[in-house]
Amino acid sequence: MRLVLDDEQRAFTDSLESMLTGADTPSVVREWSRGEHGSGRALWSRLAAAGVFALAAPEEYDGVGVRPVELALAFTALGRHVVPGPLVETIAAAVLLPTPDLVKRLVSGETLATVAYGGPYALDGDAADLCLVLTPDGLHAATGHGPVRPSLDPARRLTTLTPGALLTSEPPLAKALLLARLTTAAQALGVGLALLDQTVRYVRQRTQFGVPVGSFQAVKHQLAAAKTALEFARPLVLAAAVTLDPADVAAAKVTAGEAAYATARTALQLHGAIGYTAEYDLSLWLTKARTLRTAWGSPEECRDTVLSAGDPHC
Amino acid sequence: MDLAFTPGEQAFREEARAWLAAHVPTASLPSLETAEGFAAHRAWEAELAADRWSVVDWPVAYGGRDAGLVRWLLFEEEYWAAGAPGRVGQNGISLLAPTLFDHGTEEQRARVLPPMARGEVVWAQAWSEPEAGSDLASLRSKAVRTDGGWLLSGQKTWSSRAAFADRAFGLFRSDPDAAKPHQGLTYLMFDLRAPGVTVRPIARLDGKPAFAELFLDEVFVPDADVIGEPGQGWRIAMAATGNERGLTLRSPGRYRAAADRLHALWRDRGGPDGMRTRVADALIGARAYQVFTYAAASRFLDGASLGPESSLNKVFWSEYDIALTETALDLLGAEGELADTEWAERYVFALAGPIYAGTNEIQRDIIAERLLGLPKGRR
Ligand SMILES: Cc1cc2nc3c(=O)[nH]c(=O)nc-3n(C[C@H](O)[C@H](O)[C@H](O)COP(=O)(O)OP(=O)(O)OC[C@H]3O[C@@H](n4cnc5c(N)ncnc54)[C@H](O)[C@@H]3O)c2cc1C
Repeated sequence: MRLVLDDEQRAFTDSLESMLTGADTPSVVREWSRGEHGSGRALWSRLAAAGVFALAAPEEYDGVGVRPVELALAFTALGRHVVPGPLVETIAAAVLLPTPDLVKRLVSGETLATVAYGGPYALDGDAADLCLVLTPDGLHAATGHGPVRPSLDPARRLTTLTPGALLTSEPPLAKALLLARLTTAAQALGVGLALLDQTVRYVRQRTQFGVPVGSFQAVKHQLAAAKTALEFARPLVLAAAVTLDPADVAAAKVTAGEAAYATARTALQLHGAIGYTAEYDLSLWLTKARTLRTAWGSPEECRDTVLSAGDPHC
Repeated sequence: MDLAFTPGEQAFREEARAWLAAHVPTASLPSLETAEGFAAHRAWEAELAADRWSVVDWPVAYGGRDAGLVRWLLFEEEYWAAGAPGRVGQNGISLLAPTLFDHGTEEQRARVLPPMARGEVVWAQAWSEPEAGSDLASLRSKAVRTDGGWLLSGQKTWSSRAAFADRAFGLFRSDPDAAKPHQGLTYLMFDLRAPGVTVRPIARLDGKPAFAELFLDEVFVPDADVIGEPGQGWRIAMAATGNERGLTLRSPGRYRAAADRLHALWRDRGGPDGMRTRVADALIGARAYQVFTYAAASRFLDGASLGPESSLNKVFWSEYDIALTETALDLLGAEGELADTEWAERYVFALAGPIYAGTNEIQRDIIAERLLGLPKGRR
């Protein structure tokens, strides 16, 4: 039993973090929200070059095999930096697709994929090169997408898809769903961690009544509660990546989603009015925390998975 | 990164499980907060100790198995899953013993630890005073130098199970002229039946009498019962609390077992829709606490000290325990009101969690200031 990162995993996270720190992701998000995908696609290529999409594909498809721990680390970083686009969907597609050439193009970053699963909307159907639809019959390519509908998170653009040609009648759905949930949970964790960092920074420098607002106990205790919630979500995400047990993955999704969302509420409150403005970058994280909470399995669906599991932990 | 246990660890788990299956009393013991229950629990501690299961992580010389942290965690999972009794010796085992390992003398360890492991000497913690709760360093009980030792005077309070315990450990002001409240304190062990000690039981919320206040009037303590250097009491007493609060005071096994029992209760009885969420959250919380502890243990074994991180732990388990037990009472409906059930006893005990071991307000201050780096405010 050793639930700590090894040197290689730490180095991978550090290099991804520093690349993303330099990438000015807030302006990438703002362009993406307007339907301008150029800077987003450029960043996407850099993520592919860093090996992010290879983490979900077998070696013969130019991947490195499914590496859930590294995927979780990568998606935590993507969440921290609010990278836009159908990231989770592309991972799910890499698992679902039966065709090597398509998967290779996902791994290289040439192709963005999106998937409609369990609901009417697919994320970023207008930006994706490959739109997939899961039905009870199997995996279909979409013939086209409907008009773009805005999401509560301006960076998420929703479209309906129309199922076309059947690609496979037996896609590995369970595995794809597990990885989608795991990466969504990790992304939510990253969003929450970033919200906490930004809020701590803000309350240290914002002064009222002659002192930093961060010296007030009512403020401190809200942030301590956020820190506690996030620090208990982190090992759940890692443990879920290690076991890929559906109950563990569901537990990670609920916990990270709720922790990030509660942190978003705290972050908004402690920023005061400036936090409520769209032009201030905090808003990019605030709105994502809300939408990731329900993406790829609502808290209630995930809790059902936990409840219906036997006792998988011993 | 992995969650698998080695064959040796698995074998240890199996051995513990088999022993517990053969020895755990089939009928639950009376509450250890009562005189009758205290005696029954002492006998259980002795039975555990006879086969070296009472303190598995201690060195063999003192009655342990030198099992290490991971095996201790596994033992605890098995212990609580087996429905074994609460540990009457826990304050000595989890608070005094680690301090003696780090700061005691060889003579003290040899004299104090083996009878503690056997439940022959049960220890009470005498830290709090009527005027010194969260601000513990403001304590006023004093230790005055005398021939061959010290004379203790003053009042201690809220001492868990001191009404039935044998000995106590606590902090005393030995230098009233020290520049700061944290200085000039000495950490000592004393006998609860020594001349000059009066123990007055205090009924807890549920009326059980094990809690007590202690009145000390020139109680003699020999030099051999001073822990560490006189005047260094604060540093010595605090040293054990961080890692202890973070890893060993409340093991995840305890909550894992309780959550699984809650899950079973819910499967038996069902309940309104809202209960679904709460039962699921209890299972999720138990898993979160378990893997959080595995991660902390991994770092600890790599040489990290946990320090202020242990405050996260304290806030988590204390709030979790209340949510868990409230859920059980709500599921039980009208029966949840009965006071003599295990869930009710658990619930009453859980209510104290955010107060003892440093209140959660104090823990949140520590998290905010020492983990998040927020500026100190008024205390
Ligand atoms: C079941 C139980 C068992 C116990 N067992 C033992 C034992 O064995 N040995 C022992 O020595 N003690 C024991 N205690 C005592 C316990 O350690 C104290 O109750 C605790 O330290 C709090 O002190 P207090 O009760 O005096 O509350 P106070 O310190 O008076 O606090 C009252 C309230 O004010 C809040 N408060 C105080 N200061 C601050 C601050 N700076 N910022 C924000 N809020 C603040 C507290 O959080 C609390 O909510 C036990 C208590 C309980 C309930």
